[in-house]
Amino acid sequence: MYSRSYKSLVSAPPLLWVGLFLLVPYALMFAHSLWLVRDGVLLHQWTLENYRKLFTNYVYLEVLWRTAHIAASVMLCSILLSYPLAYYLSFRARARKELLYQLVIVPLWVSYLVRGYAWKTILGSDGVLNGFLQYLHITHGPVSFLLYSPFAVVLTLTHIYTPFVFLPVYASLEHIPRQLVEASHDLGAGPLATFCRVILPLSLPGLLAGATFAFVLSLGDFLAPLLVGGSSSTMIANIVQSLFGAAYDWPLGAAISVCILLLVIALLFLTERLEKRWAFK
Amino acid sequence: MSASGSTRRLPLLAGYAALVFTFIYSPILVLIVYSFNRDGVGGFPPRNFTLNWYAQLFADSAIWDSVWNSLFVAAGAVAVALTLGLLAALALDRADFPGKGLFRRLVLLPLILPGIITGLSLLMFASIAGMQLSLTTVLLGHGTALISVATTEIFAGLQKIDRAQEEASLDLGATPWQTFWRITLPNLKLSLMAAGLLIFTLSMDEIAVTFFLIGRDNTLPLEIWGRLRRGITPEINAISTLIFAASVSLIVIWHRIRTRSIGSEAQQLLENPLEAE
Repeated sequence: MYSRSYKSLVSAPPLLWVGLFLLVPYALMFAHSLWLVRDGVLLHQWTLENYRKLFTNYVYLEVLWRTAHIAASVMLCSILLSYPLAYYLSFRARARKELLYQLVIVPLWVSYLVRGYAWKTILGSDGVLNGFLQYLHITHGPVSFLLYSPFAVVLTLTHIYTPFVFLPVYASLEHIPRQLVEASHDLGAGPLATFCRVILPLSLPGLLAGATFAFVLSLGDFLAPLLVGGSSSTMIANIVQSLFGAAYDWPLGAAISVCILLLVIALLFLTERLEKRWAFK
Repeated sequence: MSASGSTRRLPLLAGYAALVFTFIYSPILVLIVYSFNRDGVGGFPPRNFTLNWYAQLFADSAIWDSVWNSLFVAAGAVAVALTLGLLAALALDRADFPGKGLFRRLVLLPLILPGIITGLSLLMFASIAGMQLSLTTVLLGHGTALISVATTEIFAGLQKIDRAQEEASLDLGATPWQTFWRITLPNLKLSLMAAGLLIFTLSMDEIAVTFFLIGRDNTLPLEIWGRLRRGITPEINAISTLIFAASVSLIVIWHRIRTRSIGSEAQQLLENPLEAE
């Protein structure tokens, strides 16, 4: 029904734009990762030196390990918080469902900075939480380990990404035909058996999508470590950011970025395959 | 829902859900309360209510300059992302071309990719292309990254359109161009508004991509970021409270429009962003 010219007219501008402003920049990032900086000058010389540095330097590997650890913790905590919440909303909340749903998704879109800043004011050594603990005489002096620790980063990122995990989990729970749940009950399965053998397997695709979100976005985060993490929780993206700033070594920074990009794409590919396999037909 | 298992009360689960809500909302609540606290951020309980921090904020010209910068960037990003997102959604819905699958994945990638990757790749592009970093580069970055949001939103709207209307229009002698303006676009009005609102909000709040593309003039989030290095003051609580209120209002309007246009069931934006088909 749509003519050839219509089709090419709607396709050409986005294709060109995306090619120029997404594909070319990614390609440039890859090209940079194969170049060198010597004495503060960028040399367009092809080399694998940056990747060699990256995989043989103990410091980078250690930070990478810490980053994976933090991202995995955020993913796990977000799942633990959002799955039961999504289950409650989908199966138990009844009339209040719509309102509660909106209450979860509103913070999803609200400023990262505002939420990160809120945690900074709460966790600081003269922050709100310390004031509260001393007011209740639980502690006598300020507890200083709260802020500027990996714990603070995990807490802040969990707060930010919990709604991201909630949404796909909730959607997949909503799509479960209720007759299946009833059938399971009618056939004599208890609530726990029904959950483990009917509901959980059917919600796995949503859970997987949400978990990937939380993991991938935490993996590349550099703001939370700067805001609440301190030097003990430097993450891989902080290294990249400093290589592009004060340390001025764009090629090495680009090499790390390419690794993050490839890791993300591999994870997305894997997730997509698994989701297709687990999808309810 | 009438099965025996479903009617049983689960007080433990309800309590847990309440706790999660507390976790989500208490930091924001604390933030708001301390914006009215005379003695600064911290200390418990907050005492001595004051509006001084807001008065100070309203007299702070650097903040308002950055607000104007952010508005400029967000307006531009909405224009760029909506135009290209609309075309991309139409292309994905109606055209077939080699590499379509790759194109779809590429458009949606910034939605799930950490902002630092998008920001840095555009920084390298700007540097090779010889562009000065400025609000324009930020606008370009936001516009490009947010095409992903526009595309998914408008694509969802397109799925709801009755194609018979377009067919009828063409059969009755209207040109494709007239059909686009008189049938397709009016039918997508709500989706476009919803997408525009969301893009505007996300651009106003964006920090990771902006971080690498900013020139001399700060956007609001970067102005706040810069001040955080000098220390915390309730003035930042005050501006954060206003940002929160503005974002929530926009998001609530977005959600209302969206429910009207594509139904509350269609949540595919984050449900599964990489499989928008």
